[in-house]
Amino acid sequence: MTQAKFSRGLVPLSIVSVVLLVGGFAMVFFYAPNEADQGFVQKIFYLHVPLAIVALFGFVAGGVYGIRFLRSGDRTYDLRSYVAIHISLILAVGALITGSIWAKASWGSWWVWDEPTLVSFLIVFLLYACYQPLRFSIEDPERQARYAAVFAIVGGAFVPLNFMAVRAAESLVHPRVLSTTGGAMPGSMRVTFLVCLAGMALLFVTLNKYELTSKQATFALRALKRRLAGDDDWVPIRRSAAPQL
Amino acid sequence: MGPALPLDDAGPYVAAAYLVFLALVVIYVAIMAAKLSRISREIGELAELAARRDEEREAQRETVPR
Repeated sequence: MTQAKFSRGLVPLSIVSVVLLVGGFAMVFFYAPNEADQGFVQKIFYLHVPLAIVALFGFVAGGVYGIRFLRSGDRTYDLRSYVAIHISLILAVGALITGSIWAKASWGSWWVWDEPTLVSFLIVFLLYACYQPLRFSIEDPERQARYAAVFAIVGGAFVPLNFMAVRAAESLVHPRVLSTTGGAMPGSMRVTFLVCLAGMALLFVTLNKYELTSKQATFALRALKRRLAGDDDWVPIRRSAAPQL
Repeated sequence: MGPALPLDDAGPYVAAAYLVFLALVVIYVAIMAAKLSRISREIGELAELAARRDEEREAQRETVPR
């Protein structure tokens, strides 16, 4: 295993993430104007859309790490893939809940089943919700890592395909944000949105690093415990969905 | 799509959305804190184990005749 220092730069990264997110949210309420059509409730946009975009990119990143794991056999990439998907799932939960709240306020309904954007995101979320149970169902760590990498690659490829399919589909009520016209947003709204998006992306990177550092510390501790206990007292690691380095 | 909600009606929805995000981050931090305290406790156990080993080695050295 490559002993990557996951904790490197964690403190400045955390500070920059907090500053960008808090700054972005301050811009949402004190700088960006109210949208003419939806009014104040459109402020949810600056939270909901970055959550969804970063979660989808995180799923793709999980697939990219899956490819790197299969190419190199380096278990660190399996860990990176696992953590990227884990954090993306948390952000996806946030995107689903905030989206539902926005839907209720704008459309009068918590969920619209015939809206392609909503349903496709739910499908992606449910697909990745199977990732951890899949890992947990495989006892052998080698096989677990390989199968999980294949899952992450297939899922990661599905995300952009899904995005393109939704673009091609006719939208009923959900607006299109990322279009060639920039969603027809005025400059102040666009800047605010980009700051929030950058803050969310940095939050994703920061949480990733926290999780990786915590996992690495746990592995190092476990290895030290085994060394101190001696080979006679060696106890096999309990079954886990998380990678075992 | 209906007309824009007045500020009084829209406010709770916006607050709820941002609070959900805050809650997710706080829950994550709480889980990380629990993990950190477990790691800290285990380090304490290892330190005790290492100290006990040192004592045993010291005792062995004293009992072995020169």
